[in-house]
Amino acid sequence: MQIDVQTVNIEQKNQTFSHLKKRFGDKKIPSRYQEASYDLQAEENLHYRPTWAPEQELYDPNLSKIRMNDWYDLKDPRQFYYSTYTLNRAKQQETMESNFKTVESLNLIEGMPDPVLAVAQDLLIPLRHANYAANMNNTLVCGYGYGTVFTQPCVYHAMDNLGIAQYLSRLGLMIGDVESLEAAKQDWMDSDAWQPLRRSLEDLMCVRDPVEVFIKQNFVLDGLLYPLVYQRIVDQNLVEQGGSGISILTQFMTNWYLESKRWVDSVIKTMASESAENKAVLEEWIDSAANHFTSVLLPVAGLAVAGNQADELVSEAHDELLQRAKKAGLFK
Amino acid sequence: MDIKKTPKKLNVKEKYRLMTRDLAWEPSYRDEKEIYPYVDYEGIKVHDWSKWEDPFRLTMDAYWKYQAEKERKYYAIIDAHAQNNGHLNVTDARYLTAIKLFLQSISPGEYASHRGFARVGREFAGVGPQVACQMQSIDEIRHAQTQVHAMSNYNKFYNGFKDFANQRDRIWYTSVARSFFDDAMSAGPFEFLIAIGFSFEYVLTNLLFVPFMSGAAYNGDMATCTFGFSAQSDEARHMTLGLECIKFMLEQDPDNIPIVQKWIDKWFWRGCRLLTLVAAMMDYMLPKRVMSWREAWNIYGVENGNALFRDLARYGIKPPMHWDDVEKSIDHTSHQIMLGLYQWKFGTAFHSWTPTASDIEWLKEKYPTTFEKYYLPRWEYAIAQKENGGEYNNFGLPKLCQTCQLPCLFTEPDDPTQLAHRETEYEGEKYHFCSDGCQHVFEQEPEKYVQAWLPMPSMMQEPLKGDLAAWMEWASLEPTAAGEYASSEDKANFEKWRKQVSTD
Repeated sequence: MQIDVQTVNIEQKNQTFSHLKKRFGDKKIPSRYQEASYDLQAEENLHYRPTWAPEQELYDPNLSKIRMNDWYDLKDPRQFYYSTYTLNRAKQQETMESNFKTVESLNLIEGMPDPVLAVAQDLLIPLRHANYAANMNNTLVCGYGYGTVFTQPCVYHAMDNLGIAQYLSRLGLMIGDVESLEAAKQDWMDSDAWQPLRRSLEDLMCVRDPVEVFIKQNFVLDGLLYPLVYQRIVDQNLVEQGGSGISILTQFMTNWYLESKRWVDSVIKTMASESAENKAVLEEWIDSAANHFTSVLLPVAGLAVAGNQADELVSEAHDELLQRAKKAGLFK
Repeated sequence: MDIKKTPKKLNVKEKYRLMTRDLAWEPSYRDEKEIYPYVDYEGIKVHDWSKWEDPFRLTMDAYWKYQAEKERKYYAIIDAHAQNNGHLNVTDARYLTAIKLFLQSISPGEYASHRGFARVGREFAGVGPQVACQMQSIDEIRHAQTQVHAMSNYNKFYNGFKDFANQRDRIWYTSVARSFFDDAMSAGPFEFLIAIGFSFEYVLTNLLFVPFMSGAAYNGDMATCTFGFSAQSDEARHMTLGLECIKFMLEQDPDNIPIVQKWIDKWFWRGCRLLTLVAAMMDYMLPKRVMSWREAWNIYGVENGNALFRDLARYGIKPPMHWDDVEKSIDHTSHQIMLGLYQWKFGTAFHSWTPTASDIEWLKEKYPTTFEKYYLPRWEYAIAQKENGGEYNNFGLPKLCQTCQLPCLFTEPDDPTQLAHRETEYEGEKYHFCSDGCQHVFEQEPEKYVQAWLPMPSMMQEPLKGDLAAWMEWASLEPTAAGEYASSEDKANFEKWRKQVSTD
């Protein structure tokens, strides 16, 4: 039976679900982000211990050195739940699609100076393997982290990294067909410039503390890599040398970094302000990883710019990262 | 390398390989065992991960595009549903029992699958299955969220929805689904894939989703049937993944066959026990029925199952061990479960009722050999009690099966007049089971199942110590959400609002 019920005014019994009322009161109708995120993970009466690691709980906050009284404090300022996440990315991929078309139809790749293309090949295409590692690392955080507001953005971040790896692959196919990807993989496996990074990522893939992985991958490594590679080398150096076409095809990465660092910074800030112990752990992780990855990225930068400029760019990126850490309440 | 070469046309398979498979590399600084520590301990042998056939070839840009289109449509419909008081379009408020049960039991399962697939998407040592599992992980959080959003509007007007998060962890009957998903997640990565990807998604999903979503459509619930339809293309991908993963395991090494067979036996039985709640929903909770549980089983269980296991026979896989027991139970389980839920209705966060005269006619017709003979007399007894001003309640607490966590209320496969009870002693303690199937599952891994959290014993322990009222409060079991439908606030409100509509 279809009835016209639009005019009926009926009184609501509940503004919201009880777990949201407990957190936020019931003066305001909760947002869809809140409904989709808070308290979705089982909390109590977990039935069995994991057969793979019987000393752990099925959802176990003690897998990390970081302690939170309430892991649901770590909200995502972007308020991404599945729908807002996919709608955003769909819009961005539409832009990227038209960027690829523009570059193709204007023959921008063919018109590009050889040195620019060489940098794109040597520096950018091997990075697709680094994105694969970031995909795996974020998948781990999503799987083993605690509390949906912390773990949910990590599956999105993992898929974003896969998407970036695929955009880089397309770029490779454009500039040098399958041989481009083959050469880049060869570099990733064997060339001196890439070995420190590959080794570090293999090391990071052995780490099982989900927050440590989150910090070292999303804050430290990406926090150095994206400003260095995309903001400085691609968007400045390459553009100046006639490589705007490359910059158009890495627009997603540039924007993605700016967007997602808001989330990463906010998570760190909240963790740091929770306790002095958390702050100390975060500082230790960030300090050691920042120094380490700065030196790891130096030969990578050297693929694009001369030695002393590489030093300069990498140390700029390092300073920028420490500024972010300070803003998040660390190192002071 | 020759830069600026004109790109060759790549076929889809090759392109997808480059976009996913080719991203990974063989680690040389660290041992694979350090990166993938959990991939061996179940005994599954994989010689060549690259033999994995990608079940669907979706790159992220295409994924974002397709999924966003579906999301746009989905939220447009549920927004309209909420604005137009679409909840008053359902047949009658009895229907809500079905979706309360869904939100309390199944949506948390979708969430658990999301986390579980993230874990296996990290633990497998091959990039093919990693990416496929990650995609299922992100799909599953979609399903959990769209379900919560669809139910959110019902929660504004009816009892039994608002406490689903607390109830997921504390109510006795939600632990049936919780223990199922916890069982899968606490297993190794390969067993998880057999449990969720194969048994649940491939063998049993049609028995869950088709009845639920067509039930929703039949009963005027646009919100629920919209999430069902919107999830359908995701489910198709998940089913393909489930089938691919089982074939992959079977083809990698003959030693895998007995292990996989053991998991199929277990998870088929676990799944069928979980689906008894769906059976009750189909036969009793839908004011307008789609088909009987028996009819659904014949189509989605027997026909599809036979075709599937014929196909798997070439690997040496046999139909699940307790298949015959399931077949024998089909004409009984929905009645047994519903009578159980009805007699314990003081402790459920949904309403139940005795079948009406027309319900009884329908049940007689659909279950000609069992309903009238075994179950109608019990319903008549309950109806008579009500007519004499009484109420048919059982304040005794049910004995729960250690494995499936349902009350031990099922009968012997060959004698519907005898309750089936099984017992196993393990390390000096006695454990109870509802069936041979559940006992068998326990005996394969007693050290796992002794850990099960059983809601009834916990009520007798600290701090509740047998205080029923305190227990109900702890589990968010509110009297307004429980009990007989006829005297419920939900019914009164629904009818009042409906009347308001027709007189306006």
